[in-house]
Amino acid sequence: MESSATTIADSKLAGPEYKYGFTSDVEMETLKKGLNEDVIRALSTKKNEPAFLLEFRLKAYRKWLTMTEPLWAQVNYPPIDYQDIVYFAAPKQKPQVSGLDEIDPEILRTFEKLGIPLDEQKKLANVAVDAVFDSVSVATTHKKKLLEHGVIFCSISEAVQEYPELIEQYLGTVVPIGDNFYAALNSAVFTDGSFVFIPPNTRCPMELSTYFRINTEESGQFERTLIVCSEGSHVSYLEGCTAPKFDTNQLHAAVVELITLDKAEIKYSTVQNWYSGDPITGKGGIFNFVTKRGLCKGKNSKISWTQVETGSAITWKYPSCILAGDGSIGEFYSVALTNGLMQADTGTKMIHLGKNTKSRIVSKGISSDKSTNAYRGLVRIGKNATGARNFSQCDSMLVGSECAAHTFPYLEVGNDEAVVEHEASTSKISEDQLFYFESRGIIREDAVAMILNGFCKEVFQQLPMEFAVEAQKLLTLKLENSVG
Amino acid sequence: MTAILEIKDLKAGHSGLEILKGISLKIEAGEVHAIMGPNGSGKSTLSKIVAGHPDYQVISGEILFHGKNLLDLPADQRARLGIFLGFQYPVEIPGVNNSEFLRMAYNSRRKEKGLEELDPFDFQELLTEKMQFLEVDDRFRNRGVNEGFSGGEKKRNEILQMAVLEPSLAILDETDSGLDVDALKIVSKGINALRKPDNAILLITHYQRLLDYVQPDFVHVLAQGRILKSGGKDLALEVETRGYDWLTAVA
Ligand SMILES: Nc1ncnc2c1ncn2[C@@H]1O[C@H](COP(=O)(O)OP(=O)(O)O)[C@@H](O)[C@H]1O
Ligand SMILES: [Mg+2]
Repeated sequence: MESSATTIADSKLAGPEYKYGFTSDVEMETLKKGLNEDVIRALSTKKNEPAFLLEFRLKAYRKWLTMTEPLWAQVNYPPIDYQDIVYFAAPKQKPQVSGLDEIDPEILRTFEKLGIPLDEQKKLANVAVDAVFDSVSVATTHKKKLLEHGVIFCSISEAVQEYPELIEQYLGTVVPIGDNFYAALNSAVFTDGSFVFIPPNTRCPMELSTYFRINTEESGQFERTLIVCSEGSHVSYLEGCTAPKFDTNQLHAAVVELITLDKAEIKYSTVQNWYSGDPITGKGGIFNFVTKRGLCKGKNSKISWTQVETGSAITWKYPSCILAGDGSIGEFYSVALTNGLMQADTGTKMIHLGKNTKSRIVSKGISSDKSTNAYRGLVRIGKNATGARNFSQCDSMLVGSECAAHTFPYLEVGNDEAVVEHEASTSKISEDQLFYFESRGIIREDAVAMILNGFCKEVFQQLPMEFAVEAQKLLTLKLENSVG
Repeated sequence: MTAILEIKDLKAGHSGLEILKGISLKIEAGEVHAIMGPNGSGKSTLSKIVAGHPDYQVISGEILFHGKNLLDLPADQRARLGIFLGFQYPVEIPGVNNSEFLRMAYNSRRKEKGLEELDPFDFQELLTEKMQFLEVDDRFRNRGVNEGFSGGEKKRNEILQMAVLEPSLAILDETDSGLDVDALKIVSKGINALRKPDNAILLITHYQRLLDYVQPDFVHVLAQGRILKSGGKDLALEVETRGYDWLTAVA
């Protein structure tokens, strides 16, 4: 492997579009390519897992063998060879890391370059970070301080060791092992991710966040996140992702499960900027096949998803809410940007089961170049969900004339007392609009940025301040070359 | 003294079509010129070409602004140098906050002059003053640029922008069309406020009535891409009573 310094320089030469395209030279420990029960057992042993978890994995694996990949999404890609993937890649280090000085300094540098300093002096003051490098969590900041409030925030591997009863109680309860092809695969082979537990009547004192970094070319990333928010509690969680530029595709098949009890609230935000492949040839990039689901179990609880999806060669992702508790609320705010040859099929499902449940969907799709961008959403109102309400708004913006946008809203209303509203629009940035800005002294790039920020405003407003600023910059950067 | 705007034998058009067939026009500092003319004669084309619309092509001729060749400069730079175009049909820009937009425009000019940018608070103060002067409802501050505005509201917003930007050359393309008398008076007040010894104004209009409020120094009649006649403000009155036929017939 080249030294990391050279790789960074190379990726800079390749253009400004993807500044996270470097790889880091870290000594890795990997399992052999391919998947079978022995690989799963080996993985489970390596991680010193309790019997129930191995059982969980094997069940999922056997289920997965009987399943086929979903084909209904508006995306195209060559068949994935699941035997050609490395299912476990971890930086070589002592099994128990007690301090950052035991982490490979190259990893620390990697995260620092990504704007996520992990060491004590430099770490972000108001955000606790769990840093996941390929298959494992390498560090979690502010852990002690959070524990003082009873808040558990650690890698899911650590939670399996420290809090096995919580994991056993909740894992797979929102996304069952056989839910879909990728969820089954994830359940069989997931290696790490984050675990959050907020005790009753606690407002989590800081933002929690996980930063995912894929580094190894042939490894898939199968992370698993579980967040449980107890009665009367509140937590805001952020997720960020980047990966190096490779000519091959990497599979990212994550599962995220959220659970809110009575009056609890989880706000889950994602800024996804995986490498999206070469914009001209389409070579490389991440296949982002993710299952995210929240269960509003308790009365008057709330789950709010906010996502800004700007990367990945293919995105297949529908963060959803099951509104089981009476009076519970589900929200989905999304900006999905596609450029180059990217394909995105994303949206949400709002399943209303409880009485007087409410959901709100705001989806903003931006497509440019030759990309395709589809919103796919389901609103299902059960027969007992009297007084349920949904409002959906799906707006598409086209930049250029070779891209495509699609909207697939599905609606299943099981009782006549529900109110469902849907609005949709498609727009384009016109030459006349750009000239209007220019005639006032504002350059084209700033004009496009202002128009896009205006278009996405409702979604950006949902993000914590620093992330909103990041997200705006990201959009502008991505479209710099698309608007002539 | 160099003129603020000097157009020399300008021939220009759009996708192969010659629209302006040799226009010459000189506007000195402190002057107000009016251009009148039938629909389709090339008035809007002339205004967009001076502002630098990339869709229009100059075939030959020159445009000088303060003696400087404009044709090599992109539209945004012309604006920063002090050219303002009030559009006949201002476009809507949904989602872009009106006052943010104006502040960005205002600061782009300040930067060009080497001045420090105004922060949002100071800018709001300046904007408030201009809005009060032009009797613009405070609601307009935080609406999308021209978003859902009536025709008259859009025109008034153009004048507000002009008042904030204080250009050295304002070209107002039929800003008076579609305004009721009260709005026309306010718009005229805005235009007259810009009338200073250092500035120049080019009014494009169909109607004499604007010229009752903003007295022009010169009036030109443009038809079929040519200036057929130039004169004082009496020419506007003559056009008002006689129409354009007597002029086009001569040509
Ligand atoms: N963008 C354009 N594309 C094609 N033809 C145009 C365009 N702009 C103007 N023209 C033509 O040029 C002529 C002059 O138009 P315009 O400048 O708008 O006239 P006016 O403002 O005097 O009514 C008209 O015949 C019009 O159709
Ligand atoms: Mg016109």
